[in-house]
Amino acid sequence: MLQTLQTMIESPGMSSLIWIAATLAAYSLTMALYRASRAHPLLLPVVTGTAGIMVLLALTKTPYDAYFSAVSPLVFMIGPATVALAVPLFGQVHRLKTMWLPVTVALLVGCVVAIASALAIAWLFGGSSQILISVAAKSATMPIATSLTAYFGGIVPLAAAAVAITGIAATMLSGPVLRWACGDVEDTVRGFALGLTAHAIGTARALQISETAGAFAAMAMSLNGLMTALLMPIAVSGM
Amino acid sequence: MIRVLTLLVVLQLCGEILARLVPLPLPGSLLGMLILLGVLLLRGQASRELQQTSQVLLQNLMLLFIPFIVGIVAQFEHFADQWLPFVSACILGAIISLVATAWTLRWMLSRQARVNILPPEGN
Repeated sequence: MLQTLQTMIESPGMSSLIWIAATLAAYSLTMALYRASRAHPLLLPVVTGTAGIMVLLALTKTPYDAYFSAVSPLVFMIGPATVALAVPLFGQVHRLKTMWLPVTVALLVGCVVAIASALAIAWLFGGSSQILISVAAKSATMPIATSLTAYFGGIVPLAAAAVAITGIAATMLSGPVLRWACGDVEDTVRGFALGLTAHAIGTARALQISETAGAFAAMAMSLNGLMTALLMPIAVSGM
Repeated sequence: MIRVLTLLVVLQLCGEILARLVPLPLPGSLLGMLILLGVLLLRGQASRELQQTSQVLLQNLMLLFIPFIVGIVAQFEHFADQWLPFVSACILGAIISLVATAWTLRWMLSRQARVNILPPEGN
Protein backbone atom coordinates (compact mmCIF):
# COMPACT_ATOMS: atom_id res chain seq x y z
CA MET A 1 0.00 0.00 0.00
CA LEU A 2 2.69 2.47 1.07
CA GLN A 3 4.85 1.38 -1.83
CA THR A 4 2.08 1.98 -4.42
CA LEU A 5 1.61 5.40 -2.91
CA GLN A 6 5.35 6.03 -3.19
CA THR A 7 5.45 5.05 -6.92
CA MET A 8 2.37 7.16 -7.55
CA ILE A 9 3.93 10.24 -5.93
CA GLU A 10 7.18 9.79 -7.81
CA SER A 11 5.59 9.62 -11.29
CA PRO A 12 6.50 12.83 -13.16
CA GLY A 13 3.00 14.22 -13.75
CA MET A 14 1.98 13.54 -10.18
CA SER A 15 5.09 15.06 -8.61
CA SER A 16 4.61 18.26 -10.62
CA LEU A 17 1.06 18.57 -9.32
CA ILE A 18 2.04 17.80 -5.75
CA TRP A 19 5.00 20.18 -5.57
CA ILE A 20 3.34 23.03 -7.45
CA ALA A 21 0.34 22.68 -5.12
CA ALA A 22 2.68 22.59 -2.12
CA THR A 23 4.58 25.69 -3.30
CA LEU A 24 1.38 27.61 -4.04
CA ALA A 25 -0.05 26.63 -0.66
CA ALA A 26 3.15 27.54 1.17
CA TYR A 27 3.18 30.91 -0.59
CA SER A 28 -0.51 31.64 0.05
CA LEU A 29 -0.23 30.70 3.71
CA THR A 30 2.95 32.65 4.35
CA MET A 31 1.60 35.60 2.37
CA ALA A 32 -1.54 35.65 4.54
CA LEU A 33 0.67 35.51 7.63
CA TYR A 34 2.85 38.32 6.25
CA ARG A 35 -0.19 40.52 5.56
CA ALA A 36 -1.66 39.76 8.98
CA SER A 37 1.64 40.85 10.58
CA ARG A 38 1.53 44.09 8.54
CA ALA A 39 4.60 43.15 6.53
CA HIS A 40 6.91 42.12 9.36
CA PRO A 41 10.34 41.68 7.70
CA LEU A 42 11.01 38.35 9.44
CA LEU A 43 7.85 36.90 7.87
CA LEU A 44 8.84 37.67 4.27
CA PRO A 45 7.18 34.91 2.17
CA VAL A 46 10.41 34.11 0.30
CA VAL A 47 11.87 33.16 3.68
CA THR A 48 8.95 31.50 5.45
CA GLY A 49 7.59 29.88 2.27
CA THR A 50 11.04 28.52 1.46
CA ALA A 51 11.40 27.19 5.00
CA GLY A 52 8.05 25.40 4.68
CA ILE A 53 9.09 23.74 1.41
CA MET A 54 12.47 22.75 2.91
CA VAL A 55 10.67 21.02 5.78
CA LEU A 56 8.38 19.17 3.34
CA LEU A 57 11.35 18.09 1.20
CA ALA A 58 13.18 16.81 4.27
CA LEU A 59 10.11 14.97 5.61
CA THR A 60 9.44 13.26 2.27
CA LYS A 61 13.18 12.76 1.55
CA THR A 62 12.72 14.41 -1.84
CA PRO A 63 15.98 15.52 -3.48
CA TYR A 64 16.13 19.18 -4.53
CA ASP A 65 16.63 18.35 -8.22
CA ALA A 66 13.38 16.38 -8.26
CA TYR A 67 11.56 19.31 -6.63
CA PHE A 68 13.06 21.84 -9.03
CA SER A 69 12.08 19.92 -12.15
CA ALA A 70 8.61 19.32 -10.68
CA VAL A 71 8.00 23.05 -10.22
CA SER A 72 9.67 24.15 -13.49
CA PRO A 73 6.37 25.69 -14.78
CA LEU A 74 6.54 28.17 -11.88
CA VAL A 75 10.20 28.90 -12.53
CA PHE A 76 9.42 29.46 -16.21
CA MET A 77 7.12 32.36 -15.31
CA ILE A 78 10.08 34.42 -14.02
CA GLY A 79 10.97 35.22 -17.65
CA PRO A 80 7.60 36.73 -18.70
CA ALA A 81 7.32 38.45 -15.30
CA THR A 82 10.70 40.12 -15.90
CA VAL A 83 9.46 41.37 -19.29
CA ALA A 84 6.32 42.70 -17.54
CA LEU A 85 8.50 44.95 -15.36
CA ALA A 86 8.46 47.36 -18.32
CA VAL A 87 4.85 48.26 -17.43
CA PRO A 88 5.41 49.92 -14.00
CA LEU A 89 8.60 51.41 -15.43
CA PHE A 90 6.62 52.98 -18.26
CA GLY A 91 4.12 54.30 -15.69
CA GLN A 92 6.91 56.40 -14.14
CA VAL A 93 8.50 57.69 -17.35
CA HIS A 94 7.05 61.16 -16.94
CA ARG A 95 8.69 61.47 -13.51
CA LEU A 96 11.95 60.10 -14.81
CA LYS A 97 12.16 62.91 -17.34
CA THR A 98 12.55 65.40 -14.51
CA MET A 99 14.78 63.13 -12.41
CA TRP A 100 17.20 61.64 -14.90
CA LEU A 101 20.31 63.28 -13.43
CA PRO A 102 19.74 62.25 -9.77
CA VAL A 103 18.77 58.75 -10.95
CA THR A 104 21.87 58.37 -13.13
CA VAL A 105 24.22 59.52 -10.37
CA ALA A 106 22.52 57.30 -7.77
CA LEU A 107 22.72 54.36 -10.16
CA LEU A 108 26.45 54.85 -10.76
CA VAL A 109 27.26 55.30 -7.07
CA GLY A 110 24.99 52.43 -6.00
CA CYS A 111 26.36 50.01 -8.56
CA VAL A 112 30.01 50.80 -7.85
CA VAL A 113 29.42 50.60 -4.08
CA ALA A 114 27.54 47.29 -4.40
CA ILE A 115 30.36 45.65 -6.36
CA ALA A 116 33.24 47.27 -4.45
CA SER A 117 31.80 46.62 -0.97
CA ALA A 118 31.19 42.94 -1.78
CA LEU A 119 34.74 42.50 -3.11
CA ALA A 120 36.32 44.41 -0.21
CA ILE A 121 34.42 42.55 2.51
CA ALA A 122 34.98 39.10 0.99
CA TRP A 123 38.68 39.95 0.58
CA LEU A 124 38.99 41.25 4.17
CA PHE A 125 37.54 38.00 5.50
CA GLY A 126 40.01 36.00 3.41
CA GLY A 127 37.80 34.85 0.55
CA SER A 128 39.47 33.10 -2.39
CA SER A 129 39.47 34.84 -5.79
CA GLN A 130 36.70 32.49 -6.95
CA ILE A 131 34.60 33.63 -3.99
CA LEU A 132 35.36 37.25 -4.92
CA ILE A 133 34.17 36.78 -8.51
CA SER A 134 31.08 34.94 -7.31
CA VAL A 135 29.95 37.74 -4.95
CA ALA A 136 30.79 40.69 -7.23
CA ALA A 137 27.51 40.68 -9.16
CA LYS A 138 25.33 39.90 -6.13
CA SER A 139 23.11 42.98 -6.45
CA ALA A 140 22.27 42.23 -10.10
CA THR A 141 19.17 40.22 -10.83
CA MET A 142 19.56 36.39 -10.80
CA PRO A 143 19.84 35.70 -14.56
CA ILE A 144 22.36 38.51 -15.05
CA ALA A 145 24.48 37.63 -12.02
CA THR A 146 24.68 33.95 -12.92
CA SER A 147 25.58 34.58 -16.57
CA LEU A 148 28.21 37.17 -15.57
CA THR A 149 29.72 34.80 -13.00
CA ALA A 150 29.92 31.96 -15.51
CA TYR A 151 31.50 34.35 -18.03
CA PHE A 152 34.24 35.43 -15.61
CA GLY A 153 34.97 31.97 -14.18
CA GLY A 154 33.23 32.15 -10.79
CA ILE A 155 31.09 29.43 -9.16
CA VAL A 156 27.54 29.74 -10.51
CA PRO A 157 25.58 28.12 -7.62
CA LEU A 158 27.56 30.34 -5.26
CA ALA A 159 26.63 33.43 -7.27
CA ALA A 160 22.97 32.39 -7.18
CA ALA A 161 23.26 32.01 -3.41
CA ALA A 162 24.94 35.44 -3.12
CA VAL A 163 22.13 37.01 -5.12
CA ALA A 164 19.47 35.38 -2.96
CA ILE A 165 21.14 36.13 0.41
CA THR A 166 21.71 39.75 -0.65
CA GLY A 167 18.13 40.12 -1.86
CA ILE A 168 16.64 38.65 1.29
CA ALA A 169 18.98 40.48 3.69
CA ALA A 170 18.53 43.84 1.98
CA THR A 171 14.75 43.42 1.82
CA MET A 172 14.47 42.39 5.48
CA LEU A 173 16.84 45.13 6.68
CA SER A 174 15.73 47.94 4.33
CA GLY A 175 13.06 49.32 6.69
CA PRO A 176 15.25 49.74 9.81
CA VAL A 177 18.46 50.55 7.89
CA LEU A 178 16.90 53.30 5.76
CA ARG A 179 15.04 54.75 8.75
CA TRP A 180 18.35 54.88 10.61
CA ALA A 181 20.27 56.38 7.69
CA CYS A 182 17.70 58.72 6.18
CA GLY A 183 14.86 59.09 8.69
CA ASP A 184 11.53 59.31 6.90
CA VAL A 185 12.27 58.13 3.40
CA GLU A 186 10.18 58.81 0.27
CA ASP A 187 8.76 55.88 -1.70
CA THR A 188 10.86 56.86 -4.72
CA VAL A 189 14.13 56.67 -2.76
CA ARG A 190 13.15 53.53 -0.84
CA GLY A 191 12.05 51.77 -4.03
CA PHE A 192 15.20 52.76 -5.90
CA ALA A 193 17.53 51.60 -3.10
CA LEU A 194 15.58 48.32 -2.75
CA GLY A 195 15.59 47.57 -6.49
CA LEU A 196 19.26 48.42 -6.92
CA THR A 197 20.48 46.39 -3.94
CA ALA A 198 17.91 43.61 -3.67
CA HIS A 199 16.97 43.19 -7.39
CA ALA A 200 13.73 41.24 -7.94
CA ILE A 201 13.19 40.28 -4.29
CA GLY A 202 13.43 43.94 -3.31
CA THR A 203 11.21 44.89 -6.25
CA ALA A 204 8.60 42.35 -5.15
CA ARG A 205 8.66 43.99 -1.70
CA ALA A 206 8.58 47.53 -3.15
CA LEU A 207 5.54 46.64 -5.28
CA GLN A 208 3.74 45.88 -2.01
CA ILE A 209 4.70 49.26 -0.53
CA SER A 210 3.25 51.35 -3.37
CA GLU A 211 3.10 51.56 -7.14
CA THR A 212 5.68 54.36 -7.12
CA ALA A 213 8.10 52.37 -4.94
CA GLY A 214 7.59 49.35 -7.20
CA ALA A 215 8.23 51.31 -10.38
CA PHE A 216 11.41 52.87 -9.01
CA ALA A 217 12.56 49.47 -7.80
CA ALA A 218 11.91 47.94 -11.23
CA MET A 219 13.81 50.79 -12.81
CA ALA A 220 16.76 50.48 -10.41
CA MET A 221 16.85 46.71 -10.83
CA SER A 222 16.97 46.77 -14.61
CA LEU A 223 19.42 49.69 -14.80
CA ASN A 224 21.66 48.07 -12.18
CA GLY A 225 21.59 44.80 -14.11
CA LEU A 226 22.87 46.59 -17.19
CA MET A 227 25.37 48.66 -15.21
CA THR A 228 26.75 45.59 -13.38
CA ALA A 229 27.25 43.86 -16.73
CA LEU A 230 29.18 46.92 -17.92
CA LEU A 231 31.28 47.32 -14.73
CA MET A 232 32.09 43.64 -14.04
CA PRO A 233 34.90 43.46 -16.64
CA ILE A 234 36.56 46.47 -14.94
CA ALA A 235 36.11 45.00 -11.44
CA VAL A 236 37.49 41.61 -12.46
CA SER A 237 40.46 43.05 -14.35
CA GLY A 238 41.37 45.07 -11.25
CA MET A 239 41.59 41.94 -9.08
CA MET B 1 -4.79 37.92 -20.05
CA ILE B 2 -3.81 35.26 -22.57
CA ARG B 3 -3.05 37.97 -25.12
CA VAL B 4 -0.77 39.64 -22.62
CA LEU B 5 0.96 36.37 -21.73
CA THR B 6 1.50 35.73 -25.43
CA LEU B 7 3.00 39.19 -25.83
CA LEU B 8 5.30 38.71 -22.83
CA VAL B 9 6.52 35.29 -23.96
CA VAL B 10 7.08 36.46 -27.56
CA LEU B 11 9.03 39.50 -26.32
CA GLN B 12 11.13 37.27 -24.08
CA LEU B 13 11.86 35.13 -27.13
CA CYS B 14 12.89 38.24 -29.09
CA GLY B 15 15.11 39.20 -26.14
CA GLU B 16 16.70 35.71 -26.11
CA ILE B 17 17.49 36.03 -29.83
CA LEU B 18 18.93 39.51 -29.30
CA ALA B 19 20.95 38.27 -26.30
CA ARG B 20 22.80 35.85 -28.59
CA LEU B 21 23.72 38.72 -30.89
CA VAL B 22 25.16 41.18 -28.33
CA PRO B 23 28.60 40.46 -26.82
CA LEU B 24 27.53 41.15 -23.19
CA PRO B 25 26.18 38.30 -21.02
CA LEU B 26 22.71 39.86 -20.63
CA PRO B 27 19.67 37.65 -20.08
CA GLY B 28 16.99 37.59 -22.77
CA SER B 29 14.21 38.46 -20.33
CA LEU B 30 15.90 41.78 -19.48
CA LEU B 31 16.30 42.64 -23.16
CA GLY B 32 12.63 41.63 -23.66
CA MET B 33 11.72 44.11 -20.94
CA LEU B 34 13.65 46.86 -22.72
CA ILE B 35 11.87 46.01 -26.00
CA LEU B 36 8.46 46.22 -24.28
CA LEU B 37 9.46 49.53 -22.71
CA GLY B 38 10.46 50.82 -26.15
CA VAL B 39 7.13 49.70 -27.64
CA LEU B 40 5.17 51.37 -24.83
CA LEU B 41 7.14 54.60 -25.24
CA LEU B 42 6.42 54.61 -28.98
CA ARG B 43 2.71 53.91 -28.46
CA GLY B 44 2.42 56.33 -25.57
CA GLN B 45 0.12 54.13 -23.47
CA ALA B 46 -0.22 50.70 -21.84
CA SER B 47 -3.55 48.90 -22.34
CA ARG B 48 -5.70 48.11 -19.32
CA GLU B 49 -5.29 44.40 -19.96
CA LEU B 50 -1.49 44.72 -20.01
CA GLN B 51 -1.55 46.72 -16.79
CA GLN B 52 -3.79 44.27 -14.96
CA THR B 53 -1.98 41.10 -16.02
CA SER B 54 1.47 42.47 -15.28
CA GLN B 55 0.30 43.68 -11.90
CA VAL B 56 -0.88 40.19 -10.94
CA LEU B 57 2.39 38.66 -12.15
CA LEU B 58 4.59 41.22 -10.42
CA GLN B 59 2.78 41.24 -7.11
CA ASN B 60 3.48 37.54 -6.81
CA LEU B 61 7.11 37.56 -7.89
CA MET B 62 8.14 36.13 -4.52
CA LEU B 63 6.20 32.95 -5.30
CA LEU B 64 8.36 32.38 -8.36
CA PHE B 65 11.56 32.75 -6.34
CA ILE B 66 10.75 30.11 -3.73
CA PRO B 67 12.11 27.19 -5.84
CA PHE B 68 15.40 29.05 -6.41
CA ILE B 69 15.91 29.87 -2.77
CA VAL B 70 15.11 26.29 -1.76
CA GLY B 71 17.84 25.16 -4.18
CA ILE B 72 20.36 27.54 -2.71
CA VAL B 73 19.84 26.27 0.80
CA ALA B 74 20.16 22.74 -0.58
CA GLN B 75 23.56 23.64 -2.10
CA PHE B 76 25.06 24.95 1.11
CA GLU B 77 27.95 22.43 0.89
CA HIS B 78 29.39 24.46 -2.04
CA PHE B 79 30.31 27.29 0.25
CA ALA B 80 30.31 25.68 3.71
CA ASP B 81 34.08 26.14 4.18
CA GLN B 82 34.06 29.79 3.05
CA TRP B 83 30.78 30.87 4.54
CA LEU B 84 32.17 33.77 6.61
CA PRO B 85 33.63 35.94 3.78
CA PHE B 86 30.74 34.91 1.62
CA VAL B 87 27.81 35.65 3.91
CA SER B 88 29.34 38.83 5.36
CA ALA B 89 30.04 40.19 1.88
CA CYS B 90 26.38 39.62 1.03
CA ILE B 91 24.80 41.03 4.20
CA LEU B 92 27.19 43.89 5.05
CA GLY B 93 27.49 44.73 1.36
CA ALA B 94 23.69 44.87 1.14
CA ILE B 95 23.49 47.36 4.03
CA ILE B 96 26.29 49.53 2.60
CA SER B 97 24.79 49.69 -0.88
CA LEU B 98 21.26 50.36 0.44
CA VAL B 99 22.53 53.35 2.39
CA ALA B 100 24.86 54.61 -0.36
CA THR B 101 22.11 54.45 -2.97
CA ALA B 102 19.45 56.08 -0.79
CA TRP B 103 21.80 58.84 0.37
CA THR B 104 22.99 59.64 -3.15
CA LEU B 105 19.51 59.75 -4.66
CA ARG B 106 18.20 61.87 -1.78
CA TRP B 107 21.12 64.26 -1.93
CA MET B 108 20.82 64.64 -5.72
CA LEU B 109 17.05 65.18 -5.50
CA SER B 110 17.34 67.88 -2.83
CA ARG B 111 20.18 69.51 -4.75
CA GLN B 112 18.01 69.55 -7.87
CA ALA B 113 15.10 70.99 -5.92
CA ARG B 114 17.36 73.79 -4.59
CA VAL B 115 18.64 74.59 -8.08
CA ASN B 116 15.08 74.75 -9.41
CA ILE B 117 13.99 77.18 -6.71
CA LEU B 118 16.89 79.57 -7.37
CA PRO B 119 16.14 82.19 -10.07
CA PRO B 120 17.87 81.50 -13.39
CA GLU B 121 21.20 83.29 -13.89
CA GLY B 122 21.13 86.81 -15.31
CA ASN B 123 17.85 87.79 -13.63
